[in-house]
Amino acid sequence: MTLRIVAVYPDLLGTYGDTGNAEILGRRASWRGIDVDVLHASSADPLPRGDLYCLGGGEDGPQVLAAQRLKDDGTLRSALEEGAVVFAVCAGFQIVGNSFPDAQGTLHNGLGLLDVATRKGTGSRCVGEVVVEFDALEHGGLGLPLLTGFENHAGLTTLGPSARRLGQVRHGTGNGGGDSSEGAFQDRILGTYLHGPVLARNPALADLLLTWATGGGELQELDDSREIALREERLLSATRATNREGFARKP
Amino acid sequence: MPIRRSLAMKSVGLVNQLSQKLGRGQGTVAGGRVGLAIDPHLLGDLTANKCVVLVSGTNGKTTTTALIASGLRTHFSNVATNDTGSNMPAGHVAALVDEEEAQAVVLEVDENYVPRLLETSNPAVITLLNLSRDQLDRMSEVRMLAQRWRDALSRTGGIHVVANADDPLVVYAAFSASEVTWVAGGLVWKEDAAGCPQCSGHIVFGKNETWACDSCDLARPEPTWTMKGNLVHSPLGAVHLNVILPGSFNRSNSLMALAAVTATGAEITKAARAISSVESVAGRFQHRRRPGQDARLMLAKNPAGWAALLEVVEESATPVVVSINSRTADGADPSWLFDVDFSSLRNRVVIVTGDRWRDLSVRLHYGGVDHSREADPEMAITRAANASDGTVDFIGNYTAFQEVTRARS
Ligand SMILES: [Zn+2]
Repeated sequence: MTLRIVAVYPDLLGTYGDTGNAEILGRRASWRGIDVDVLHASSADPLPRGDLYCLGGGEDGPQVLAAQRLKDDGTLRSALEEGAVVFAVCAGFQIVGNSFPDAQGTLHNGLGLLDVATRKGTGSRCVGEVVVEFDALEHGGLGLPLLTGFENHAGLTTLGPSARRLGQVRHGTGNGGGDSSEGAFQDRILGTYLHGPVLARNPALADLLLTWATGGGELQELDDSREIALREERLLSATRATNREGFARKP
Repeated sequence: MPIRRSLAMKSVGLVNQLSQKLGRGQGTVAGGRVGLAIDPHLLGDLTANKCVVLVSGTNGKTTTTALIASGLRTHFSNVATNDTGSNMPAGHVAALVDEEEAQAVVLEVDENYVPRLLETSNPAVITLLNLSRDQLDRMSEVRMLAQRWRDALSRTGGIHVVANADDPLVVYAAFSASEVTWVAGGLVWKEDAAGCPQCSGHIVFGKNETWACDSCDLARPEPTWTMKGNLVHSPLGAVHLNVILPGSFNRSNSLMALAAVTATGAEITKAARAISSVESVAGRFQHRRRPGQDARLMLAKNPAGWAALLEVVEESATPVVVSINSRTADGADPSWLFDVDFSSLRNRVVIVTGDRWRDLSVRLHYGGVDHSREADPEMAITRAANASDGTVDFIGNYTAFQEVTRARS
């Protein structure tokens, strides 16, 4: 059996290197001897059936177009219902939710797959390094190591009752809805604002998605020394920034 | 001369001298800032009665500006330009303040400053090259930029726009101008052009560089300037353009430059000869030779730039040093490295360096490119040279590239 990973519309939703997430998942699967196929699905074609769909960031216009195409196409919804995994970043995160704003702030219907809603922020864009502490397993969270990435968005996202946050923001903005939460998950769909691409910096998250997509068995360990070096440097850099800002705020 | 302007101009020179003495950069921006603070209209004064050509776009600005300057010198006895890389108003002022005698001016313009320069610098010609993702944490998204260019051009009369017909975002911006020359300027990187900038439709690319939106009337305008081999076809006749600079993107830059230069009234054959003769621009593609090493220095700072450059690098088998920084001029987010297909480096000796070598290392790891790392760029070049006959291809993003070009001795 071949694991099929689909990068959804890289021509519309691939702005911040997020197509890399599909590439990373494919590599981590094939390094473990899993037969894997990574497809780049153009928005001009029908969306192929897959086991794991990746959606990335995009600009306002292309985001509206992508949402419309995915809705008309219908494959993403039916694949999710049949057990596929969906991993959505930034504009992709907003699209899979219930509603999202365009450049003028007008709300558009999302795909309604993840119980979150996004509105246009009133302040400046949220840009910079983000560190998130995942909620613990015993509290219904995913219990992964610190999440690190780079955010660049204007939307503010709030969670509905069916979705859970990934965790608590330690540095940066995240969802921006005032509750210091970042990202959301619900069944087999997981969304986040973080780029980097986020799976390059968070191999544990990549492996969680692979575990979901392959049926939950234990995954063979990989040499993640390069990823760990990158993680440590980025986390340290965010900590330094937090300290600087902390000192600056003191009277 | 009004006293305010005179004072402003004197200040630019004084501050620049002081800043150079203090060893703060090349002393081009500080003086310009002070000058503009004293006289906000300084740029308009400095460009009055001169033939001004502006150049903007995500990639190829510096090169095309240099090519245009070279072409303009066949027609104007004295040409001023901002060849220091300072492409915002303070840099423009600094480049012009000692150039009273210049008859023509060519300015490289940061994409964000195109509207302001259109309003303040009395341009005769503006050359619009391309728009693609670049430093998204610092710059605007590309559709927003295209819209701002379009709005500014629709407000500006009497300017001749030389625009790349192959880039949908540039075409959208330029369509609002009253006089446009369409050039077949090529588009290596199409990933940012799929969503129509005019409606929420889809841009479909067809054969022979044609493209059109599937939902509205935006489509590729017929270019009047095209290039086949070394032969340029234009409304002014056919002419040979034997470009020395490597890569198809530099042929495109040269074609855009030729169209822009002739828009000022310059004679096409002379201009083509001058543009052809340019060998290196601001150190790019220059060979830095030291005992035991010969490093070819290249700049690539975004996915489109890399896509264009890899075509040049693929022709060689020498070791490659890649250096990535994330200082202010580079942008803080190197996520875009995952938009670059590095697979053509798989059988080469590759050394990663720069402030963000860890990001690069992870990216190459997933791209299946074996590599080693070296924190210090100069050590990386030395190690690469030792692994070959001394020849090295060095590719860096903005400040990484500057670091090695400035360490010349
Ligand atoms: Zn359209």
